This record gives sequence, C-alpha cells and structure tokens, in this order.
Amino acid sequence: MSQPANALDAFRRTWEARHRDLPGALEPRREAFERFLAAGLPTTHDEDWRFTNLRKLAETDWASAEPAPLPALPEPLGPRLLFVNGRCVVEPAADELPPGVRLRSLAAALAEDASLDSGLGALADEKARSLTALNRALWEDGALLEIADGVSLDQPLEILRVHTPGAAPAATHSRTLLALGAGSHAVLVEHALGTGPGPYLVNTVAELFLACDAHLEHVMLQHEGPDALALGAIALQQEAGSHYTSHSLALGGRLARLEIRANLAGEGAHCALRGLYLGRDRQLLDHHTTIDHATPHTTSDELYKGILDERAHGIFHGRVHVRPHAQKISAQQTNRNLLLSDRALVHTKPQLEIFADDVRCSHGATIGQLDPDQLFYLRTRGIGERDARALLSFAFASEIAGSLPVAALRERLEAFVLGWLPGGDPA
Amino acid sequence: MTAPLLEIRDLHASVGGKEILRGLDLTIQPGEVHALMGPNGSGKSTLANVLAGREGYDVTRGEVRYDGEDLLGMAPELRARRGIFLAFQYPVEIRGITNGFFLRAALNAVRTARGEDEIDAFDFLELVKDKMKSIEMDPKFLDRSVNEGFSGGEKKRNEILQMALLEPRLAVLDETDSGLDIDALRIVANGVNGLRSEQRAVLAITHYARLLEYLVPDYTHVLLDGRIVKSGDKALALELEERGYGWIEQEVQGPGAPA
Repeated sequence: MSQPANALDAFRRTWEARHRDLPGALEPRREAFERFLAAGLPTTHDEDWRFTNLRKLAETDWASAEPAPLPALPEPLGPRLLFVNGRCVVEPAADELPPGVRLRSLAAALAEDASLDSGLGALADEKARSLTALNRALWEDGALLEIADGVSLDQPLEILRVHTPGAAPAATHSRTLLALGAGSHAVLVEHALGTGPGPYLVNTVAELFLACDAHLEHVMLQHEGPDALALGAIALQQEAGSHYTSHSLALGGRLARLEIRANLAGEGAHCALRGLYLGRDRQLLDHHTTIDHATPHTTSDELYKGILDERAHGIFHGRVHVRPHAQKISAQQTNRNLLLSDRALVHTKPQLEIFADDVRCSHGATIGQLDPDQLFYLRTRGIGERDARALLSFAFASEIAGSLPVAALRERLEAFVLGWLPGGDPA
Repeated sequence: MTAPLLEIRDLHASVGGKEILRGLDLTIQPGEVHALMGPNGSGKSTLANVLAGREGYDVTRGEVRYDGEDLLGMAPELRARRGIFLAFQYPVEIRGITNGFFLRAALNAVRTARGEDEIDAFDFLELVKDKMKSIEMDPKFLDRSVNEGFSGGEKKRNEILQMALLEPRLAVLDETDSGLDIDALRIVANGVNGLRSEQRAVLAITHYARLLEYLVPDYTHVLLDGRIVKSGDKALALELEERGYGWIEQEVQGPGAPA
C-alpha cells in the first residue's frame, strides 16, 4: 500500500537540505534513510500500530524545527542539560557534575570524538523500525550521559527538552546515548515540555547501557503541547546485577507513544517499568514494552496505570519474552485503567511468550470505574461527590506518583494530578 | 418536650427487590442512647445503610425525619454535614490516600458546611493526635492509606476516631463491637461515651449485649423481620444475651399465628 506522500516528501527535502551538516558519519545516516524510505511510516496494518494511527504524521508537510528564544522554565532538579527545539542550548557547568560524570550535547561530543558514532544503533533496531531509521538519518542533536564505574550521584540529573510550536508544523529528531558504568548509581529525569498549542513532531531514540550492578532510576515526564505528536523508543541493555526502574509519566501530547525494549542480558538483572498516563479530550497515549529475559535469574516488574476522561484513548501492550534456557525467571505485569467517561477507550494487551519451564510469570489488566463502596464511604464523611471522585482518582494515580525518586517532582506531579482531575483540589 | 432528633415512621425498605424493613418505627430524642438488637437478617444493617443514604436501598413506604427535615431526600454527604455519622460494620480500604489527608478532608467538609473555617494542617495534627491518644491509637496510622492493611480492631478504632473528629449529633454504630477483644471494646465504648451530651444521640446496632455493659443504653429495641417488636431498657439487652431471641419470636407470633 502506498503512503500518503506529504511527510515522506517533507523528510526527503529535509534530508537533501541538511544531510551534509548533520553530526557524525554520513554513510550510516544515508543507509538508514534509504531503509526508512523503503519501509515507510508504520500503519495500522502493522500489528504493533493497530490502534495508533499515524495518518496525521503521514499527511503533514514537516519542516525542520527552528531555534527559538528560551521560554520560562521549571526549577531545575539538578544539573541540567537543556534543549530547545532539538538543539542543545545549555550544558551543565563542569563544576556542577561530580568527577566521572559527563552530561552534554551528543553533537558536540561527537565533533570532538568521532568514535562515539560507532555506539549509535548498537541497541536501537534501525532495521525493523522505520521511525528509528528515520531518527538515525535525521537526528540533529541529543544527550550524552556517561557515568564512570562506581560513581554514585547524590542528586538527580536532568535533561529538559523544550518544544515551541512555530508557524509551520516542525519535526525534531533527537537522540540519547547513556552508559552507566559498573556499580554506578544515578537518578535521571528526562522532561519533555511543550510551550503551547500547535502541531509539532518529536521523534526520539534512546540507547541505554547498564553495566554490572549499575542502578538507574529513570523518570520520563512527557508534558508536550496539546497538538504534539511524540514518539519515543528506548532500547535498554542490562548486564548482571543491574537495576533499572523507569517512571513514564504521559501527561501531554495529542498522540504520544513510548516504546521500551529491555534486554536482560546478565543474571540478577532487574527491570521495573512503571507508568502513569492521564488522558482527556482526544488524546491518544500509548505504551509498548518488551522485556526480553535472555538469561536465567532475571526479574521484571511492570505497573502501568491510566486515567482516561472524555474521548481519550489509552493503549498498553506489554510483551514478556522468556528464552528457553532462561530458568528461574520472575516476571510480573499489571495494567490498570480508570475510565472517567463512557467515551474513553482502552486497549490493553499482555503478551507472555515463555519458552522455559521454571518461571514465575503473572499478568493482570483491569479497566473500570471508581469503586462505589469507596465513593459512598467518603460521602458519608461529608466529602461531596465531585471531590470524592477526584480524591479516589488521585489515590489511583498516587501509587505511581508516590514512588517517584525525587521529592520535588513527586510534589509537582501530585499537584498536577489534583489540578487535572475534574473536581479540582479537594483538600 | 424537645423535638425528636430522629423520627422513623412505618419505614419499608427493599434491597434487590426483597423487602427487608417492614414498617419500622423509632423515635430518638437528643441525649439518648438507643440499642438496636436482633438476630442476623432481621434488618439491622439495612436500617443503618438507609439512614446513611447508600444506593441500592430503596425506601418503598414510610418516612424518616431528622431534626424535623426529610432525611431520605438528602445526599449522603449532606446527611454527614448535618451531623449524621455511620460507623461502618466493614470500613472500606482506600489505597493511595493517607488516613491523615482523608480525616482532614472530611473534617473540613463538615466544618465548611457548619460555617466554620477550614482547619490548617498544623492545628489539625494537634487535634487529631489528641483524639487518637484518647482512643489509644498510634499516630503512625495517619500516614498509612485509609484502613489499608488495618486489623479488624484497628479499622473499628479508626471509625471511632472519625466520629470523635466530626462530632456528629447522631452516631449510628453498625456492629462496631463485632470482632473486638474486650480491651478494644472498652476503648471504643469510651470513645462513644466521650461524645455523649444532651444534644447528641447514639443508635448502637449490635448482635451482642457485651458492648452495652460499657455503653449503657437508655432504651433497647428488638428488631425481628424488619420491625421493632419489643422495646425496653438496658435490662432487656441483658435478658436477650441470656435467653437469645427465640422467646421473643414466640411471644410476637403467638401459638399458631400466621407468619
């Protein structure tokens, strides 16, 4: 089937105009771009994109995102790497970062050290995923985070990406490369912030390496503008004894999808994926996860919760793959959804592919309304129905919000949830 | 004579199409403690739920007046704000809301309705800790999710704590004594006794007379098949404890009486 021509033509024009100026080696970019053109954008005929229709993306004439002045920014949570419309504008000062930690522009780093280029695409699958190939071809800048062996950070690191919609719909392709050394400990907050209405596209690809016994708490706060299309893919490799916890908070965007593919490559690796999505209006919020238990004695734990109001659409697809030799596996997966409107919609699909016999795997999915007994209990204490509903929705979200590793962020999110809920602030 | 606080006349109520209350009459004056006893299935909890306004309890006949007003037309939160409190037989667990947050939200909802200022976090903490001390409840229960993982006794104590904070004019205790050991029973009864005054009244629904040794009723009523069939003072409660309900069933029906 042929693609509507607009977006492909637009990306081709961008390629023609810019490919010589983009950072890093040209040849892998050219190959990737050809792969992208051959494959085209995903359509709802692809099983993985069945409910996530990219027609809007395909039919838009995407310009390249332009530099923009700095808008007002939230308080930093720690050393901050700042991007505006895909370009790095502020790097943390050298004295803000402890020894052994490098947090900087990937384009700038690549200009100094061309060998970094060979690290790109080691985990992200450019062959099977056309958006990843597109990103490989067109990425302009991104974040590089390297943490040396044994370094423990006592404050969170922050990557803030601000997107300001311009006069014409613009596309940003950004990249993240992250390597945690053996035994290192870090908290990373990635914050994507849209400054207002107007369509734009953000296509991000991240590759994360966790060496033996590395610990990473990874918060992804997605608060794009109401007309944004935000597509993210994370590829993660975990060596023995490493612990990875993600907190995906999907609050904004017209259509937002985050894919996480984790490869548990060493014994004792533990992967915890948590997510909260709050949708209203006609927002589509999509989470796809794949956890590959490639070695024995690996564990994973997933908990995604969604609150959907009005005509919002939530999607959760969680795949757990246990290889034949991978015994003594424990994998849990839960997806809970709260529908505040009878026009809101959820598609949830657990997919366990287990080829070993000594494993403990469970999954559960629920889609429901507020518990009438809880509602009645609150009302018998004088709390009005609207406030009681808000309070219970807040309680539903707080399981995720309350577990965020940064107190300031937890408070910000809880305040956001209370403000977001119909019924407002009950306290 | 003062106006009754609660006046129930010829109350008929159904649950799921089945009639449970069949012509119940009960009048409670301010300052009184009434005990309502009866065997399982006699309609005790149905009455408690009707008074609190739970959905699914359909009143098919009769009326309930509270402080001179039609109670049945009021939303549950309105009843609470006017001073009715139901201590639940099975308090609900709410994960994700701390008990302290919940208690303050409830207190402020009731205070606002009474035309009082909202209580700030600091004053609230002082107040609630004082109340907790009086019912021997550890302040750590403020930071836990509402009733989640509480033992049966802890849940009941939490109900009494809510009652102590909200200071209702009519407290309805739905088998608050069930599942309590003797120490917990004494503490719960003391909590209720601490609330007694000339303006307030208590309706204690119970299966056993045990509670009534500590919470001495002015009146005892026996509920059978959805009707109050016998009323007396606290001596009736003791008699029921000794003899069970069989003799009353016989007395009510009489030999060979139609069911």
